[in-house]
Amino acid sequence: MSHKRRSRTAAKRQLRAPVFAALGDEMRLSLVAKLCAGQPRSISQLTEGSRLTRQAVTKHLRVLESAGIVRSVHRGRETRFEFDPEPMEGMRQYLDFVSEQWNEALGRLQSFVEK
Amino acid sequence: MNDRIEKRIELKAPVSRVWRALTDYREFGEWFRVKLDGPFVPGQISRGHITYPGYENVKWEAVVQKMEPERLFSFTWHPYAVDPKMDYSKETPTLVEFRLEKTASGTLLLLTESGFEKIPAGRSSEAFRRNDGGWTEQMKNIETHVTQTP
Repeated sequence: MSHKRRSRTAAKRQLRAPVFAALGDEMRLSLVAKLCAGQPRSISQLTEGSRLTRQAVTKHLRVLESAGIVRSVHRGRETRFEFDPEPMEGMRQYLDFVSEQWNEALGRLQSFVEK
Repeated sequence: MNDRIEKRIELKAPVSRVWRALTDYREFGEWFRVKLDGPFVPGQISRGHITYPGYENVKWEAVVQKMEPERLFSFTWHPYAVDPKMDYSKETPTLVEFRLEKTASGTLLLLTESGFEKIPAGRSSEAFRRNDGGWTEQMKNIETHVTQTP
């Protein structure tokens, strides 16, 4: 493996780090769903209509932010959050990859038991 | 986000035959491409090494969970833990389950792998590295070989 590829891999490793963990929570998934819809939203907007307090929403947003799933954008005194699709895309590709390995393995199993 | 993998495959072979291919460690090794040190025993670690050309030094390790004859075989592992420089032991493993059902023409095999939501730092990067190395292509070559030389 070339040095160049190694460092590129390391960069991706950092980027995609805790995505699965960050999404392993219903509340955070629903925040992501809201932000996926498009517009950057403020903490107040995201708290509206939810059972959670502003503090709890903020905490969840910080977890999502540290996983790189959302970004915060400062506008004056207000902080808004927006969705960043890149890490989720990386995770989807990982699952696709594992899934493809299973297709290959099960194909070999089929040849093996049907021969 | 979908955190599990599910597969269904119809096999034209009796349940007893499929069960043996899954749970006899030598037969499992044949199609999975791994050389295992010994039989599968529930609650015990199964060890071995990958037998793909170019990956012979990669260790295979899983913990056998359930063996309910001709019904359910399951183990936990670290999916495609192929980088010898990486320590996977601290990661939460995923659960692989093979469920068998008798059908008119043979056996329905249901495979699930779950627990991906707990996978920590950076595993997704492997997909890219291994795809870079043409792994998928290599797997296809092997499958072709096996199918053509039964």
